[in-house]
Amino acid sequence: MSETKLEHMVTDQNEIRISKSEIRNSTIVFADVSKFYGEILGVNRVNLQIAPGITSLVGPNGAGKSTLMNLMTGLLRPTRGRITILGIPTDRPEHLFKQLGYCTQFDSFPRGLTGREFINSFLLVHGYEKKKAAELTTTALERVSLLDAADRKVAAYSKGMRQRIRLAQAIAHQPAVMILDEPLNGLDPMVRAETIALFRKLAADGLHLIISSHILHEVDMMSDRVILLNNGYVVAEGNVHGVRDEMQEHPMQILIRCDNPSKLAARVFDKDHVVEARLHEDRLGLFIRTRDADRFYLLLNQVVAEGEINIESIAPVDDDLSAVYQYLIGSEGSSS
Amino acid sequence: MSSSTVDSTPQKAIDKQPLPWSLWFRQTRAIFRLEVEKNFLGRRSILLYLLALLPIVPLVLLAPFTPPGNGWRDFNQYNMIFAVYYGGLILRTVVFFGCAWIFMNLFRGDIIDRSLHFYFLSPVRREVVVLGKYLAGLVTSVVLFGATTIIAMLLIYLPHFYSESTRFFLDGPGLGQLLTYTSITALACIGYGAFFLVVGLFFRNPIIPALVLYGWEWLNFLMPPLLKKISVIHYLHSLVPVPVSEGPFAVVVEPTPAWIAVPSLITVTALVLIIASYRIRRMEIRYGSD
Repeated sequence: MSETKLEHMVTDQNEIRISKSEIRNSTIVFADVSKFYGEILGVNRVNLQIAPGITSLVGPNGAGKSTLMNLMTGLLRPTRGRITILGIPTDRPEHLFKQLGYCTQFDSFPRGLTGREFINSFLLVHGYEKKKAAELTTTALERVSLLDAADRKVAAYSKGMRQRIRLAQAIAHQPAVMILDEPLNGLDPMVRAETIALFRKLAADGLHLIISSHILHEVDMMSDRVILLNNGYVVAEGNVHGVRDEMQEHPMQILIRCDNPSKLAARVFDKDHVVEARLHEDRLGLFIRTRDADRFYLLLNQVVAEGEINIESIAPVDDDLSAVYQYLIGSEGSSS
Repeated sequence: MSSSTVDSTPQKAIDKQPLPWSLWFRQTRAIFRLEVEKNFLGRRSILLYLLALLPIVPLVLLAPFTPPGNGWRDFNQYNMIFAVYYGGLILRTVVFFGCAWIFMNLFRGDIIDRSLHFYFLSPVRREVVVLGKYLAGLVTSVVLFGATTIIAMLLIYLPHFYSESTRFFLDGPGLGQLLTYTSITALACIGYGAFFLVVGLFFRNPIIPALVLYGWEWLNFLMPPLLKKISVIHYLHSLVPVPVSEGPFAVVVEPTPAWIAVPSLITVTALVLIIASYRIRRMEIRYGSD
């Protein structure tokens, strides 16, 4: 199954078939995974194949984001189906966590430890020799800009520092897969930007980063692909623009700024893929809703070439995650 | 997609790897260190220190005086006085509840503190986590309650008959008895420890099963011979150097020889730890709500 094929709306997950030869050891695979808490649905019939890069989990509360993350880390066991991380089943923690780091949202730490002791002690639990553990600890603290506060008690850390120390713990053993539950929560804008840059660098190095976030514009900005969840089901997955393109029932909105919007409206309105043309309030622009953005852009090129209308700008209005979220999940994009 | 289509090659490769004993040793040691520190210095340790001091404080207060009663004026009665004190207060109460507190909190405490996931998110076999935690609990309990046993025995003997007591410990059977009582304390920690560790894993509120066991152990003297043997206290009583009468209603049973009692306790402990490992292998942690 090609990447392009994967990037489509999941209308019937049973239809997805992943053949044996297509399952690579470089991917995270959910094979018909369901999780029920007694009678309550956690996630249902999830089939995913996640390639390296930044993948964001988006959805409202109760959508199944944390369930999916906890299933990936083996903290929960699927009721049905199977999950493998780079070919390793999630019920083998002794192998899995050599490759995987999980930055939880849980704000609890062993008592009395400094930041350095916290990271170091768990690297020793990993089985590293003392010297190697100390080296990795320093590197991890450096990467999250927490070296100066490393010898202070974690209990005395601010919310943002605690978030960073959790992040340091997740990356300390240099895993190939990182699962990050709301990793930007509590960070100030400067550290937030640094952290996003760190994620991008890690993704560029070929790592998997699975991130859940409430901040859609940040998700949009940093993600290679998104997985939209609602009520325990994967509603859509793939590249945001790819997902948006597939949503035929929601024609794409485009705002065109030009010197003669009325003329442009008349020029495009008779095309079958254009479902609406509406003048902007200031009468200097035209809103278009089209079922086929590519054909519309070709038409626009033709209009420009004819030289009758001067176009200043073209901006898709709803070709982003917020719009996709709104169309598929139905709220204004705050997934909190 | 059915699970059968998942490529099993990596799992086969994993299964073929040799057992990493040195890694397990390092991991057990790291977990042991963290847990011992927590057991001795954590906020839950205050109750342990109070329990450990419980048999010692009255003896310290009585040390300057000769307690009332003829028994205290006869040195030959002291081994019986200590045997009763040890069996009634130290073994049945301090060691029992101390072990309950330490071992039930090894996992239950981490679940309450929401910190168990740090172990579960490490590349450690969960059996290794059980072993590291159990050993930490064992060392904590043996150090604390072993010290209680030794200090209590010395405080009973030395203040009242110093010269006789010195001879008793240095030239007589005293030192042997001291070591035997301390060993029984250690065995009690081994047996009760494993039981309470499992209770902490299976029960959300482990107080009730602990009280049931407490009642079972206390009523052991009334039970028929077969039921007597399904208890920890029966085997421990079989080992005490000075047998104590359990009263007129007690069902008298031949004590189990040490060569059977000790291996039996250790075997049962090993079985209980296997059950704990099985349980922990399948344990789930839920991180709040989605």
